[in-house]
Amino acid sequence: MNAIPQLPPVGAAALRLAPLAPLSFVADRFARSLGRRHPALFTRLGAEADKIFLIDPTDLPLAFRLLPRPEAPRLEAIRREAAGSLEAGSWDARVAGPLAALIGLVHGAYDGDALFFSRDLVIEGDTAAVLALRNAIDNEEMDLVREAAALFGPFESLARRPARDLAAFATRWTGVALTRPGRGTQE
Amino acid sequence: MTAPRSIELVCPAGTPAALRAAVEAGAHAVYCGFNDETNARNFPGLNFSREEMAEAIKFAHNHGAKVLVALNTFPRAGAFWRWSKAVDDCARFGADAVILADLGLLDYAARRESGLRLHLSVQAAAANADAINFYARTFGVRRVVLPRVLTVQEIAAINREIDAETEVFIFGGLCVMAEGRCSLSSYATGKSPNMNGACSPASHVEYREAGGALVSRLGGFAINRVAGGQPAPYPTLCKGVFEAGDYKGHVFEDPVSLDAAALIPQLAEAGVTALKIEGRQRSRAYTEAVVRSFRRALDDHAAGRPIAAGELRALTEGQQTTSGAYRKTWR
Amino acid sequence: MAERNFELTLGPLQFNWPAQKFVDFYAAVADEAPVDRVVIGELVCSKRAPFYADRLPGAIERLERGGKQVVLGSLALITLERERRAARENFDQAAHDVEINDLTLMNWVRDGKAFSVGPLVNVYNEATLAFLAGRGARRVCLPPELPFASVETIARASKDIGVGIELWAYGRMPLAISGRCTHARAHGLSKDSCQFVCDKDPDGLPTKTLDGVDFLAINGVQTLSFKYANLILDLDRLADAGVAGLRLSPHSGDFIAVTKAFADVSEGRISPREGLSRLSRAAPQAEFTDGFLFGECGAAPLPVI
Repeated sequence: MNAIPQLPPVGAAALRLAPLAPLSFVADRFARSLGRRHPALFTRLGAEADKIFLIDPTDLPLAFRLLPRPEAPRLEAIRREAAGSLEAGSWDARVAGPLAALIGLVHGAYDGDALFFSRDLVIEGDTAAVLALRNAIDNEEMDLVREAAALFGPFESLARRPARDLAAFATRWTGVALTRPGRGTQE
Repeated sequence: MTAPRSIELVCPAGTPAALRAAVEAGAHAVYCGFNDETNARNFPGLNFSREEMAEAIKFAHNHGAKVLVALNTFPRAGAFWRWSKAVDDCARFGADAVILADLGLLDYAARRESGLRLHLSVQAAAANADAINFYARTFGVRRVVLPRVLTVQEIAAINREIDAETEVFIFGGLCVMAEGRCSLSSYATGKSPNMNGACSPASHVEYREAGGALVSRLGGFAINRVAGGQPAPYPTLCKGVFEAGDYKGHVFEDPVSLDAAALIPQLAEAGVTALKIEGRQRSRAYTEAVVRSFRRALDDHAAGRPIAAGELRALTEGQQTTSGAYRKTWR
Repeated sequence: MAERNFELTLGPLQFNWPAQKFVDFYAAVADEAPVDRVVIGELVCSKRAPFYADRLPGAIERLERGGKQVVLGSLALITLERERRAARENFDQAAHDVEINDLTLMNWVRDGKAFSVGPLVNVYNEATLAFLAGRGARRVCLPPELPFASVETIARASKDIGVGIELWAYGRMPLAISGRCTHARAHGLSKDSCQFVCDKDPDGLPTKTLDGVDFLAINGVQTLSFKYANLILDLDRLADAGVAGLRLSPHSGDFIAVTKAFADVSEGRISPREGLSRLSRAAPQAEFTDGFLFGECGAAPLPVI
């Protein structure tokens, strides 16, 4: 497997300055939209949907707390430096790795076990919950850019092209692939 | 021998998405299981509901691929109906074969679903021609998945003596022990591949990063400590680090994974019908990459071209591969 | 409460003992051990068999003179040509019953030939039991990993079809078998040039975790539990469930005392607690478990009562 790109420090620095509230707002909208568009995700999660997941992109100054409740899924952005916010006890399962690896998992570009073998992915806490989440997501064949465009509701088709262009720009700039390889970009 | 025989590539699918990926990447057959304890990869979030299975079989058939359904755990006493119903459902959905291990379930399938093709799971550990002949004669088993304890020469000898097809593992996780005859997992966790369909179940696995090292525990037993930067293994006991007398290390097996791509010509010569890729627990990224690579290898072999091997190492446990028991030195 | 009249079976020796120790052990069993059946023959590794092959007929004869029913046990994992031949010869002889520990032997089952099934054959449910009974199985020792609920169901079914159910009641439990020899590997050797190093460990080579916790025991190509199964506190429950026999697996030390403790508790001469303390004295180094049947996992310690 090729080396996994790390987000450049300047990108991380920019995010450190970004206000958290709008980010959390968008993240939460995103989670709810995802829930509507991918109900099978929750069927696969089964009882593990009750767990709290810490999605921890190690090259970002912030992490995400995911509560994949079928009726109201939530995704919150948390600042890394906020005291105690990332500590064990505030989550059941932690999945940590470079942003590119985490996104690549969602897109099916990377294999979770291979990332674990190579130590690019760190798993802590409830291993069964992590496995369920990984498998559930893997089956959905998601493209995050398309999911983001879906946030625009009726204007989704209008949003798709600018979202894709923005993603392509971000990919060139950071090295982190934001679309599903071989699919999302040609549509 | 004249032209090389064509060999069937049997590929894993843990989810409908992985099944589609496998079929699109060139699988001749895909094996998968229901989302319960009836199969030996009963992992959280994995496998097929009844509706998904029916759909998957249709999809595969439309693309010219077969679906083999693994019902390869040993039915729990008092709950046999759950397994026998799974057999009936497979017949109803038009599965190309069921992969069974339990004598009682084989007996049921042979008597009740006479139209259904039966394969013997590796979990039955039929390791010689006499055992295989017993299954073939008694239940009409048409194909046997051979346990990973045999050399290529032994496989060839078996094929000369039996009236059934053989399928062997070519790539993926490597059981050190005779499959279906291992209770290491339940000794530590209470859950076993035979009874619960999971070796080293995730519910009993704990990872902890301590000072750059990764410590893995199973059922509270420390089974591995890997220094920072070193490849991590699966949390299975047979790949753990233990102390036995003066020996300290991987007492049973190093964290390596099987890659017998280089042995495809010999295995074909030995008369195997199908090559099996392990990994229903893996993502569709793995399925896609491995299936594509092995389909190319088989096509190369069929066309008399040399086979490129070793290109999948990054996907393997321990990031190291072995040809396992196929070479006698492994023992 | 059901009467506790278990048949006691001495399981096949799992370890590589010197020929003289082998002879002495079976002589003592013949003369002193209150067991009904003795399963004898190499279970683990066919390379060991030649060491005592010439002593086997004498041991069998002595056991029969001592009033024991002798059953010839099969190898657990049969792959080689000579292993198949030996298994078939053992199965086709008419003098003794045979215990199947590898389903290979099912290939030679013919109508009318009764046989026993050992704990290394996967009997997990009543359907499998019924199938084997239909082929001539008369006694089945269940795999050690079965939980008690499964034992109850299978034992209930066994009564209607004339099969006796036996449980692994004492000794290190077989957990796995491999084509590879772990014992040789731990000594830097391979199976083909193993120098028979498994003879250094008469009860298996204890294997510890990274934390120094005793966990497993290596025995050639076989992996055993570090803990000894010990069901002596559970005999009432087993009798109630309809279990017919108890299997005691040979270990070094005072094994005759082990067989006597089980016989005495089984027949009500001493209490289970007294039986347990006798077993502790007979094997002071042993840690006991009944975890597969009654605990969270196979390694769970015996509950402190």
